[in-house]
Amino acid sequence: MSHAAKAPNRSTEQRPIEDCRADFPVLAQTINGEPLVYLDSAASSQAPGVVIDAVAEYQRHDHANVHRGVHTLSHRATDLYESARDAVQEFIGAGRRTEIVFTRGTTESINLVAQSFCRPTLGAGDRILITHLEHHSNIVPWQIVCEQTGAELVIVPIDSSGQVDPQELIEKMDDRVRIVAIAHVSNALGSILPLTEIIQAAHDRDIPVLVDGAQAVPHLAVDVQALDVDFYAFSGHKMFAPTGIGILYAKETHLEAMPPYQGGGDMILEVRFEGTTYNELPYKFEAGTPNISGAIGLGAAARYLASMGLERIAAHENRLLAYLTRRLAAINGIRLIGTASNKASVQSFLLDDIHPHDIGTILDHQGVAIRTGHHCAMPVMDFFGIPGTARASLALYNNEEDIDRLIAALAKTQEIFA
Amino acid sequence: MSEKNEGKAAELRELYRELILEHARSPRHFGKLKDATHSAEGINPLCGDKLKMYFRILKNGRIDAACFEGSGCAISVASASLLTDTVIGMSTADALQFFSAVISRLSGRSTTSDDADTVIDLGKIRALEGVKEFPSRIKCASLAWHALNSAIHCNDQTVSTE
Ligand SMILES: Cc1ncc(COP(=O)(O)O)c(C=O)c1O
Repeated sequence: MSHAAKAPNRSTEQRPIEDCRADFPVLAQTINGEPLVYLDSAASSQAPGVVIDAVAEYQRHDHANVHRGVHTLSHRATDLYESARDAVQEFIGAGRRTEIVFTRGTTESINLVAQSFCRPTLGAGDRILITHLEHHSNIVPWQIVCEQTGAELVIVPIDSSGQVDPQELIEKMDDRVRIVAIAHVSNALGSILPLTEIIQAAHDRDIPVLVDGAQAVPHLAVDVQALDVDFYAFSGHKMFAPTGIGILYAKETHLEAMPPYQGGGDMILEVRFEGTTYNELPYKFEAGTPNISGAIGLGAAARYLASMGLERIAAHENRLLAYLTRRLAAINGIRLIGTASNKASVQSFLLDDIHPHDIGTILDHQGVAIRTGHHCAMPVMDFFGIPGTARASLALYNNEEDIDRLIAALAKTQEIFA
Repeated sequence: MSEKNEGKAAELRELYRELILEHARSPRHFGKLKDATHSAEGINPLCGDKLKMYFRILKNGRIDAACFEGSGCAISVASASLLTDTVIGMSTADALQFFSAVISRLSGRSTTSDDADTVIDLGKIRALEGVKEFPSRIKCASLAWHALNSAIHCNDQTVSTE
């Protein structure tokens, strides 16, 4: 029988958020003799037991290739894989399961759109609109397609708080703009972009919008239909699922019109040397044997997040972020980078003139894991005139004690560099 | 403070020794060398360290001047600063031998098979040996040295730690 139809464990539904830390086995360890404080979920989040178990169960009992065999295991694998798609569809409120394409992650999803949706119709003089705060994976795919087609990449500025002024973005939406590609949440700054206003304005001008949701999905309730977004890309490993799996949500009308991204098995109906007919959606975009176990893990993660409730998660994280920001701001010699009024789960900072890398080492030595560097957002660092930052990022498993430990470790850092 | 904590604090102090912090705060020979004959850039894409090393090497092979500019963490800046202090006055042959000794000593790789590396007295450079306990920081300490090697061998290149 398939595990696919297993309903989320209802008994966990109203568990206090504070209890869910125990769901994440990796957190129960010491690093350099201190209990681990994991404040790097924006780079990659940890997996709860239900995700680890879903993947292991599949590997142990149900593995086979999908959409192929007549045998029992292949059926089970296919059921599990497709039920993960259903879980993701529900998780982001997509209208149809055919609109959920499994990819390797946000990066591949954006490249897919750049190459399959944009490239065939782009020409010299056309424009692609992005903002100054994008992750490299929402910059470089557009640079590549611009190079291929002669189109121009237009960058919308950010302000000193790290926010995009939607009006400025909208003013740049002229009749040569072919797509607007923007982050939902900035990974370096935490800013939440005002999507609704931007998407409406773009659609008024018949411009499609791609949203890089990598940093949004584990923190905010996302409803792609309410947003009316054309493309929404995200990665499993930022939302408690394994690496190497991600999602491209795209409106069916777009997917229908787009040529395949890659050719191979599974994405075809019939292959003849005279010509090949492509498979129906979403398989047209899933060439080759997919990351089946990753997809199953992603499905389990989506169910887990849904069972905890995204609104409750957001409220918990907002409280924590406020506490984190307040504690950091109280440190002498701190400079906060990314101070937009509407933010999620991320705080970048600099401390005295201590290089972020040194901060990272001293914190790690005290069991506190943060990210240091340019966070794959070099233009953001250039904007602030800094080589990099130290960044603490939160997830639902973090608590005030984690932040207290961070603050104490920063005091230690200052002591060493005093 | 518990024994454990003391041990840990000592490890950190090993890494961030006074000499390292002092060189990081006020690096020697910092700036561009206008009449440099050799130069190389060292970058550590992981953390954004970027150091440009300049050397003036005389016809007889002696390193007559050394400077550097750029930005990086305390370890990479101190290492570059100590490097300039060390190699001025050396022949390029000696500097290269020193480079090889530093790299093997910092990475804990020195074995009996490369005696030359273990015999050389690293002098002040020993202050960098604390990185041995911090594997992710070995690259920071060796960045400037790789740039030195590159500058002598193939002038005007960029070396990367990745
Ligand atoms: C905002 C944002 N976009 C895109 C990505 C790229 O995601 P991935 O590397 O999983 O493809 C990241 C990950 O760091 C991110 O934070």
